Amino acid sequence: MDVAGGAPFSVQVRSARVAFGGAPLFDRLDFSLAGGWWTCVLGPSGVGKTTLLRLILGLEEPTGEGALIACSDGAPLSGRVAYMAQQDLLLPWLNVLENVRLGSRLRGEARAREGSDERARALLESVGLAQNADHYPVSLSGGMRQRVALARTLMEDRPVVLMDEPFSGLDAITRVKLQDLAAVLLRERTVLLVTHDPLEALRLGHRVHVMSGIPARIDDALEPEGAIPRSLNDSALLGLQGELLSRLTEAAT
Amino acid sequence: MSALRPALILAGLIALWQAVVWATGAPPYILPGPAAAARAWIANGELIARHGALTLAEILLGLVVGVTFGGASAVVIAYFRPVRRWLLPVLVISQAIPVFALAPVLVLWIGYGMASKVVMASLIIFFPVAASFYDGLRRTEPGWLDLAETMNASRWSTLRQVRIPAALPSLASGLRVAVAVAPIGAVVGEWVGSSAGLGHLMLHANARLQVDLMFAALATLALIALTLYFAVDQALRRALPWIPETSFEPERGRS
Repeated sequence: MDVAGGAPFSVQVRSARVAFGGAPLFDRLDFSLAGGWWTCVLGPSGVGKTTLLRLILGLEEPTGEGALIACSDGAPLSGRVAYMAQQDLLLPWLNVLENVRLGSRLRGEARAREGSDERARALLESVGLAQNADHYPVSLSGGMRQRVALARTLMEDRPVVLMDEPFSGLDAITRVKLQDLAAVLLRERTVLLVTHDPLEALRLGHRVHVMSGIPARIDDALEPEGAIPRSLNDSALLGLQGELLSRLTEAAT
Repeated sequence: MSALRPALILAGLIALWQAVVWATGAPPYILPGPAAAARAWIANGELIARHGALTLAEILLGLVVGVTFGGASAVVIAYFRPVRRWLLPVLVISQAIPVFALAPVLVLWIGYGMASKVVMASLIIFFPVAASFYDGLRRTEPGWLDLAETMNASRWSTLRQVRIPAALPSLASGLRVAVAVAPIGAVVGEWVGSSAGLGHLMLHANARLQVDLMFAALATLALIALTLYFAVDQALRRALPWIPETSFEPERGRS
């Protein structure tokens, strides 16, 4: 599938500061997403991973002096980023197909309906839910619901995709399957994956960062070799997992 | 069994009624038995039907007006910030005035006819509908709103496509309360001043010591109220099938 908006561009976060109450969660934080790559951020809970993701999404305002979110192609990021959360966020009163088409529905793009209907069905097929188009979310399992959410994210067809622990609520086997599916379907896109699962980060990340401390810092990236999704049998992966786990343990103390 | 249960409950209540009559030995002009009330009901069938139809019409019109205004107010308050700041306190203050105390004033202003009863019923309905719907509109799942924002939805579109549907279960709760209290509004209006309606009939039957007729009218009112409640309850369940309902008892045999 072609990515909307031409060649992948990178996203820079510079001098970001976010504080809830008094103490800043992070201050003068620099971070970047390489164009067309998967960047994974690991860290103890409460460190500000989700806030960083919300900042890039435009759901939180950066307050720091000279704070800036910029794209390498010079255009603003707004409108070019899609969001996938830990909860599937399916609307229970819409069926699966309507949920996949939620974006165009919310933007009132009624005229584009026929073409988008076809595309939504094709996406549902690619996540293996072609048969469930007119089912309601309540009748789906957790894994199926998250696959619908993935289809909805793809339906937006945005070059940058931000994911906040999208697979963490799933059982181990479903999680691995969905990781593979996401890696294939989001190829060529610029992805930020926030997760607390080191193995997930190592399977999917071109770059894997650990975020830690108060105010939070983001360390230099680990760059595992090989195309994603990496095989679970990859022995190098297990070595790196050990290193990541020790970094995380350090971060948590 | 579940289909039979309402009939059994009804039979039980009537038996209890009869038992009280027997136990107290109350004379029929104080407490008529179910049989006497039934005889009065049959003997005055046409009269009760005429007054009952009027009261039912008042209740239904009151429901339409009250729910429309209550629902619309909730949406307006949720959508327009200045309105919310100024109107919400007014709404709360207005509830400090007992609506029943307004009944004589309403009759004075709008007259003895049907209109004052419809207004009375609407006033009683307005607040539970507005309050519960507004509450629902405020409690939208934050994740849905974040998602809508990243999808560049306008504020109006978010309200219409996310907040309002998400608040419908709350509106439904308000509607159930409204249907239960609407008959009170209509009957209180009739008591204060009217020339027709079940409330009027009861008041006059009482004054003439036709207590059996009063009980027949009361039973009719209860029948109207119950029918309305169950009709609305069923309609709401059918209209909002996606609302999850959980059992109070532990469920077995589910994976």
